[in-house]
Amino acid sequence: MSAHTSRFPWNLLVGFVLSIALTLLAVFVTFYTDFSSSVILWIIGAFAIFQAIIQLFMFMHVTEGKEGIINVINIVNSMILALIIIFGTIWVLTSGHAAM
Amino acid sequence: MTSHTTPLEYKSHQSQMNILGFWVFLGAEIVLFATLFASYFVLEHNTAGGPGGGADIFVLKDVLIETFLLLTSSFTSGLAIHAMRNHDKKGLLLWMIATLLLGAGFLFMEINEFLHFIHEGATIQTSGFTAGLFTLLGTHGAHVTFGIIWISLLLVQLVRRGITEKTSSKLFIASLYWHFLDVVWIFIFTFVYLKGMVM
Repeated sequence: MSAHTSRFPWNLLVGFVLSIALTLLAVFVTFYTDFSSSVILWIIGAFAIFQAIIQLFMFMHVTEGKEGIINVINIVNSMILALIIIFGTIWVLTSGHAAM
Repeated sequence: MTSHTTPLEYKSHQSQMNILGFWVFLGAEIVLFATLFASYFVLEHNTAGGPGGGADIFVLKDVLIETFLLLTSSFTSGLAIHAMRNHDKKGLLLWMIATLLLGAGFLFMEINEFLHFIHEGATIQTSGFTAGLFTLLGTHGAHVTFGIIWISLLLVQLVRRGITEKTSSKLFIASLYWHFLDVVWIFIFTFVYLKGMVM
């Protein structure tokens, strides 16, 4: 890892360019395509997740260090919790509420 | 990983534990922001006669500037850590200062944006939508503010003490925090701003 650090940080540059490109692509899909709203949401949601993965691996080096695997398990666990909280809340407070 | 290739910030057992502990904290931060996103998604259609959703108050150009400022600051803080691993104190200092300036630019844009929202009749008390919006954006903005203060203080230590096992570990942890704020912003940009303007 530090054996490579004197080199030019290509992974950072690639990550940065990809983030900018994905952001612009998300704006393009949102405002300049004729997909339905839900299709647009799925596409830009996928872009957001891809960008988050770029940050985690190319910028934050999540797998680095002796505890790399623990870091990954911890972050995956937190993301699962986040999804349960978000979709669980929406489900209970919209469809669950309407069913009563 | 053999010892001579281990970056300085991972050298001592204490530093390794600090970095691991900070990842656990970031896990808790993910859950914190998830709760704020959840409340926003539930409340966003309750506009109570105020501005009728994102399309009425969001300005794409300003949001894009904020996004690019924060994306670039995440990149420069990555370059700072790259410089740190090359034992380049000057590079580390300059890239971190660039990160702070970009972060301050982001905050300036965001505060102006809040003033614009208020001008459009959307205060935190206007409706469920604006309460959820201001809470989510404000919590993120407060994190950025805290990060700027935190990194500024670390840079004072860096100038006084140089790149040591302790200062490198602290700056590495602060860079993780900064990247994390960018990750949160990506989701705010996508699921608050773009979603609000298209739906």
